[in-house]
Amino acid sequence: MNRASTAWLFLAPALLVLGAFFLLPVLAGLGLSLTDYDIYALADIHNLRFVGLANYWDLLHRRLFWAALGHTLYFVVAGVPLSMLASLGTALLLNSSAARFKPVFRTALFAPVVTTVVAVAVIWRYLFNTQYGVVDFVLTHLGIPPIDWLGDPHWAMPMIILFAVWKNFGYNMIILLAGLQAIPAELYEAARIDGASGWRQFRHITLPALAPILLMVGILTVSGYFQLFAEPYVITEGGPLQSTVSVLYLMYQDGFKWWNMGTASAVAFLLFLVMFVATMALWRAGVSREDAA
Amino acid sequence: MKPRVSRWLVNAALAACAALVLFPLFWMLSVSFMQPGEANALPPPMLPQIPTLDNYRELFAHAGMGRWFANSLIIATAVTLASLACNTLAGYAFAKLHFAGREKLFDALIGALVIPAQVAMLPLFLLLKYAGLVNTYAAVILPAMASVFGIFLVRQYARTMPVELLEAARMEGAGELRIFIEVVLPLLKPILVTLAVLTFLTAWNDFMWPLIALTGQQHYTLPVGLASLSRQHVQDSGLMMAGAVVTVVPVLVLFLALQRYYLRGLLLGSVKG
Repeated sequence: MNRASTAWLFLAPALLVLGAFFLLPVLAGLGLSLTDYDIYALADIHNLRFVGLANYWDLLHRRLFWAALGHTLYFVVAGVPLSMLASLGTALLLNSSAARFKPVFRTALFAPVVTTVVAVAVIWRYLFNTQYGVVDFVLTHLGIPPIDWLGDPHWAMPMIILFAVWKNFGYNMIILLAGLQAIPAELYEAARIDGASGWRQFRHITLPALAPILLMVGILTVSGYFQLFAEPYVITEGGPLQSTVSVLYLMYQDGFKWWNMGTASAVAFLLFLVMFVATMALWRAGVSREDAA
Repeated sequence: MKPRVSRWLVNAALAACAALVLFPLFWMLSVSFMQPGEANALPPPMLPQIPTLDNYRELFAHAGMGRWFANSLIIATAVTLASLACNTLAGYAFAKLHFAGREKLFDALIGALVIPAQVAMLPLFLLLKYAGLVNTYAAVILPAMASVFGIFLVRQYARTMPVELLEAARMEGAGELRIFIEVVLPLLKPILVTLAVLTFLTAWNDFMWPLIALTGQQHYTLPVGLASLSRQHVQDSGLMMAGAVVTVVPVLVLFLALQRYYLRGLLLGSVKG
C-alpha cells in the first residue's frame, strides 16, 4: 500500500465524524434557515415550504431578537474587559517575585475553570438569593441596601457577568502568566538601572511584550462570550422580564421549545455573522495597532 | 516601595483573591451537609451545626442521581476513548504522512473553528431524530468522536518527533499501522494523557447539546439532571448543593491529580494564533 492511501486511511475516521456531524449539519442548517420547518413539518415533511430569506426578514423585525442581541452584546462588552482585567491582574500577582506558594495560589485561582457550569450556576443562584443569600447579607452589613439580583431586570445581567468573570478568568490567567514568564529579565534589569518606575516598566515593557497574547486571548474570549447560554438557562431562566435572554437562549427556545427550527436556524446564522464581524474587526484593529507601535 | 511592604501586599492580595474565588465552592460543600431548612436561615450559617448526609441520600434514593452519574461516566469515557483514537490517527497523519493537499486540508479544518458549534445543532438534532437516535447515549457520543482541537494538539506534538525513527522502521519493512502502534503511540503518550484529560472534562461538563439530545430523565447526564432539578427544587438549597458537589468533585479531583497535563494542553492549544 502506498503512503498517500495510508494517510487517507488514518484520516478517514476523524474526517467522517467531522463531515457527518459538523460540516453536513452546518450546510443543512443554512438550507433549514430558508424554510418554514416547524412542528407540522416535524410530523410530516410534506408540510415543509421554502421561504427564502423570510425568516431573516422576520427576525430583523422582531423585538425579542434585538433585545436578545442587545443582552448578549452587553454581556460581551462588559464581561470580556472585566474578565481580561481579572486575568491580567492575577497573572501579574502570580508572576511577582514577591509572591509565595505560587503553585497553590495558581491552582486555587484556576479551580473554577474546570468546574461544571451548571453546578456552579446553581451555587450562584443561592449566593445571590435575595432572602437568604450571602451576598445581600454582606451588602446590608456594609450599609448598602440589598439588591434583588434575581428579580430586578437591571441587576440580573450584572450578576451573570460576575459569574462569568469568576468562572472564566483563570483560563486566560494561565496563558498570560506563561507570556509574562517569557519576557526576558534583562529588559526589566536595564529599565531599573535607568530608574524607570514600576508603572513605567509595566507600560513600556510588559504591555508591549504581552500585546499579541492579549489580542489573541481577547478575541477567543469575545467569541466564547457570544455563546452565552447555560448561565441564563440555569440562574435566571432568561428572566426577569426576559432581561437575560441571550441569542442562543432565543435559538434554544425557538428551536427546541416551540419547534420553529427554520427560525431558530436563522437565529444561529445571524449570531455566527455577528461573531464573525466582531472578531474580524477586533483582529484588524489589533494588528494595525501592533504595526503602528 | 520597600521590598518587605510590597511582598506583604502581593501575598495579601493573592490570598484575598484565592479566598474570594474558593468561597462559593467551600460554601457549596458546607451547605450540602446541612439539615433541611438550615441553609435558608438569616444570617446564612457558614458551617453545618450537625453535619448530615441526608441530602446525598435523598438525591441518590429519589432523584435518580446515581443513574445520571453512571450516564455521565459512560458518555464521558466513551467520548474520550473514541475521540482519542480518531484524533491521534488524524493528527499523526497531518504531522508525518505525506499526501496531496495536506496543508490545505489542515488549514480548512482550522478555518472551520470560526463556526460556532451551535450552528450545527438544529440540523444535527433532525439528523439523529430521523436515524432514531435521539435520547440515546449515541446522540451525545457520535458528534464528539473527533475534534479539530484534538487533531491540532496531536499534530503539534507529533511534528517534533524525529523522522529518522519512522524511516528506520520503514527500512526494516514494518507496515504503517505497525509503525503507528509500536513507534508512534509510545512517543505520543504525554500528549495523549493531556488530550484524554481535556476531552473527559469537556464531555463531563458539556451542557447544551446533551440538554437537546437527551430528552428522557433516564438518559440525563449530571449537568442536565441538575439543571432540571434546579428548576423544580428552587427552595431546597441543601439538596441542590449536594447535587452540585456530586457533579463538580469528580472533575476537580481529576484536575488536581493530572494538573500538569491539563495545563500543558491549555498552553499548547493557545499558540494556534
